[in-house]
Amino acid sequence: MNKFIKDFKKFRPLLGELIKKDIKLKYRSSVLGVLWTLLEPLLTMIVLTLVFSNLLGRGDDNFPVYILCGRLLYSFFSNGTKVALKSVRKHGSMIAKVYVPKYMYPLSSVISNYIMFLISLIVLVGVIIFEGVPITWYLLEALVPLALGFILTLGVGILLSALNVFFRDLEYLWTVVMMLIMYTCAIFYKVDSLKNVANEWIFKCNPLYSLIVLFRDAVFGRSFANDMYHVWFSLIFSFAVLIVGVLVFWRKQDKFILYV
Amino acid sequence: MAETQNDETIKNETVAKPAAKKDKKPAETVIELNNVGVKFRLAEQKCDNLKEYFIRLIKRKMNYREFWALRELNLKVKKGDRIGILGLNGAGKSTLLKCIAGVLKPTEGSVTVKGNIVPLLELGAGFDKDYTGAENIFLYGSMLGYSKAFIREKYNEIVEFSELGDFINVPVKNYSSGMKARLGFSIATVVEPEILILDEVLSVGDAKFRKKSAKKLKSMMKKGVTVLFVSHSGDQVLENCNKAIILEKGHIIEMGKVDAVCARYNEIIEKK
Repeated sequence: MNKFIKDFKKFRPLLGELIKKDIKLKYRSSVLGVLWTLLEPLLTMIVLTLVFSNLLGRGDDNFPVYILCGRLLYSFFSNGTKVALKSVRKHGSMIAKVYVPKYMYPLSSVISNYIMFLISLIVLVGVIIFEGVPITWYLLEALVPLALGFILTLGVGILLSALNVFFRDLEYLWTVVMMLIMYTCAIFYKVDSLKNVANEWIFKCNPLYSLIVLFRDAVFGRSFANDMYHVWFSLIFSFAVLIVGVLVFWRKQDKFILYV
Repeated sequence: MAETQNDETIKNETVAKPAAKKDKKPAETVIELNNVGVKFRLAEQKCDNLKEYFIRLIKRKMNYREFWALRELNLKVKKGDRIGILGLNGAGKSTLLKCIAGVLKPTEGSVTVKGNIVPLLELGAGFDKDYTGAENIFLYGSMLGYSKAFIREKYNEIVEFSELGDFINVPVKNYSSGMKARLGFSIATVVEPEILILDEVLSVGDAKFRKKSAKKLKSMMKKGVTVLFVSHSGDQVLENCNKAIILEKGHIIEMGKVDAVCARYNEIIEKK
């Protein structure tokens, strides 16, 4: 443990450099630069609104804001886990040469994506004001799904980055799993409006859906009281995944060098 | 059968030698390898994806061949020693260096290293190709564990030594391999390491830079840096080191003063 703290202190500049690199390089060659972080969710929102705007009934939540809440959280989770998954193998040549705490790679990928996610929340604020959704104190609740979202993504990312060293087809498998997660996140529809409610358990198994429900509660000024299941499920799931991820990574990290 | 017998004799020799040497010099031990062994599992066929893994799990066909890259290796390096590590391909030289650098954990035994290590192996491997030279100085420097303030302070020195001039603001993907190596060398050697690991990097860049880098290394050696130098060439070792070891099949078969060991190494090569 002592060595862990000492190592972390020594390599904290590296963490900063890796995060900076991720963000800098993502937008280096594009004319609009970081503006894409704002523009991309906005455009998706417009497309989804144009196509699906009659999926919600009258008196339901404001549709563009409803979409954006789900879409932003989902794309953070999706990008964060995808980049983290590849992170250890991508730095394989360095792992074989210089001693660096290896968790720096998935950690930095998730943090850099989190920063971009937080920036993209500006769009949400803009659309909330533009659409005239009332702002209430319940907005503070949003801190819960935002924090749990980070923990969930970090846990999944660390776990995947370790497994991907040994199983290279995980990358393709994860794309399929992400598809399942996306369709069960109810980004542009309401679970209640589905005809066959027998499948509701699928949604209850998706921790990201729980986080999106909580995030919408906060944005639309509702208390968590009706959604306590989602609070507990996402809380327990996020921390459980983080613990499993860290344990797997810890136990397997000495073997990475043999496979990268 | 004959080979295992051979191994036995070598083992005894290796165990005996460092103990004898210890009495001669009272200098501080900076690297100590104690009965180190590294075992690799070589799968008969490469299995690096889930699909194959499950197919083989069901068929119960997990064939591994075990292979010791290093075995029962004892080595003590005193402060200021310059040790040449000789050996043919596959003798375990790189594995030994990886153990000392701390990137590979030995299967058995222990490795103790005092002081910071700078590995000069495949210079520029840690660069990001889309990043400019200047940005890579910070990235690579922080991978070697330098602090940001330290890199900022030494930035000009690094750029100057690498002789990259205006190219420092160009993405590294546009560099020639010589330029990359020059930048890597400049970053790695800007710190004064206590232990330096060299893997035939004395041949960096063009003739002019090679001279300059050799000079820099020489001056570092003079300051009492401990050096581990890996090479196939006895002559290079003779020029740069004061002690040497020969590795064969994961064992140290010869250890001692550089001239004697190099002579023995040339003999081995002649025989093959």
